[in-house]
Amino acid sequence: MSATEPAENESLPAWSLPADAVERIAIPVDWPERVTRDWAWGGSDGSGARVCILDSGVESGHPLVGEIEETVAVTVGEDGEIEVVPDDEGDLCGHGTACAGIVRSLAPGCSISSVRVLGAGYTGSGPVLLAGLRWAIERGFDVVNMSLSTTKRQLAPELHDLADVAYFRRTMLVASAHNMPVESFPWRFASVVSVGSHEQGDPLAFFYNPTPPVEFFARGVDVDAPWLDGGTLRVSGNSFATPHMAGICALVVGKHPELTPFQLKSVLYLVANNVAAAR
Amino acid sequence: MTGDLRAAVAAGVLGSEEAHASLLSSIVEVARAIFGARAASIFLLDEEADELVFAAVAGEGSDSLVGTRFPSSGGIAGWVLVTRQPLVLEDVSEDPRFAKDLAESTGYVPRGLMAVPLLNEERALGVLEVLDRPQRPGFTLEQADLLGLFGNQAAIALDLLLAARRAKAVLAAEGEDAEAVAALAAALDGLEGEHREGALRLLAGLEEILRQT
Repeated sequence: MSATEPAENESLPAWSLPADAVERIAIPVDWPERVTRDWAWGGSDGSGARVCILDSGVESGHPLVGEIEETVAVTVGEDGEIEVVPDDEGDLCGHGTACAGIVRSLAPGCSISSVRVLGAGYTGSGPVLLAGLRWAIERGFDVVNMSLSTTKRQLAPELHDLADVAYFRRTMLVASAHNMPVESFPWRFASVVSVGSHEQGDPLAFFYNPTPPVEFFARGVDVDAPWLDGGTLRVSGNSFATPHMAGICALVVGKHPELTPFQLKSVLYLVANNVAAAR
Repeated sequence: MTGDLRAAVAAGVLGSEEAHASLLSSIVEVARAIFGARAASIFLLDEEADELVFAAVAGEGSDSLVGTRFPSSGGIAGWVLVTRQPLVLEDVSEDPRFAKDLAESTGYVPRGLMAVPLLNEERALGVLEVLDRPQRPGFTLEQADLLGLFGNQAAIALDLLLAARRAKAVLAAEGEDAEAVAALAAALDGLEGEHREGALRLLAGLEEILRQT
């Protein structure tokens, strides 16, 4: 199955809704009159949710990260051929381990996998990023954490297509906004959950931004996150706000696996600190 | 006018490399002062050599470092350059990205630093680093924004410096013809008021004569 194929379910209508099909698309989710955090993720530890960290790899055996379901690396062969291969080198710089650990701290029961697209020397070329994202979408993860972006405009169209494919195949891309006011991708796309930082210490506090493109703000300042060699590092930046949102997504998906990204985003909106408090 | 001669004219009016270098120095001095830091520096990316070069330094090490080179993938600056993302570290010794040997070779090993990429659209031109701010109650997003603003300013200054260098290289390659045009452009650029008007009239007359010959 290729990532460019639409979500398949032939029993459901695709392009139109015949009268006799209305019953078949009845939405099973029993949405309450008021969506609360308790409804959204009360009792969930993320169990059942599958999260993928698209980053520099994840250190295996780190006590704050725990078990990793699958680790792969995107490599470039001598002839320029790009491959996704099993990988046991772990994390080359700490960045991916930090993201995985933050997701784990919020959703201890979720499954975490890792795709390394940032290599030694920290060079993540465009085709490597695309191949890693394509792999993650094909694997059908519920949540893909992308604490990275590219400023290369020529990559934007393909990234955009992939983001839309993910959105319609129930894979929520959670992507870091750039830390400076510059154009980069994929966080600019409407089909992802884009994340910037707020300064509060509560890891579950997040805010909906009514003036996008950054749609959500999550904890991203002075975060003690796992780093290399079993250690931790105090870090700041949108890279670390993003796995907070990814972890929250895992909690919601763990409890409500039937949610589409559209519905998941709606839930996030309804329980955001600045929205729920206003009601 | 050919593109090369146009560049030569630009070289005449863009100002000297020294002027741009002093603009970079001024930016790092102000950055250092605003953040109350012990040092601040701007690195220029030399794409051909794949190296970062100290282009301006304020504070610790300012005398000796300008012109010093190191591999572009090295250290915090290398990380910032490649990810095109700013980075703030309160204690670099805990971060494996920090290249201690590289810092030692500069004669000054910081404890904490902030680094921001200098971007011009898709291109990364270099990195601005602010070293050893006094320990405050943590890092704030306001500081991050301020650092980003300095980064933009430094990127514009670097871009001008690079344009001046390119134009100067063209001048050198084109030899006396281009130099004469550049000198003329520079002289014209220095005139004001009546003198400038007079010079422009003179040039218009000269152009007419040259076209007829």
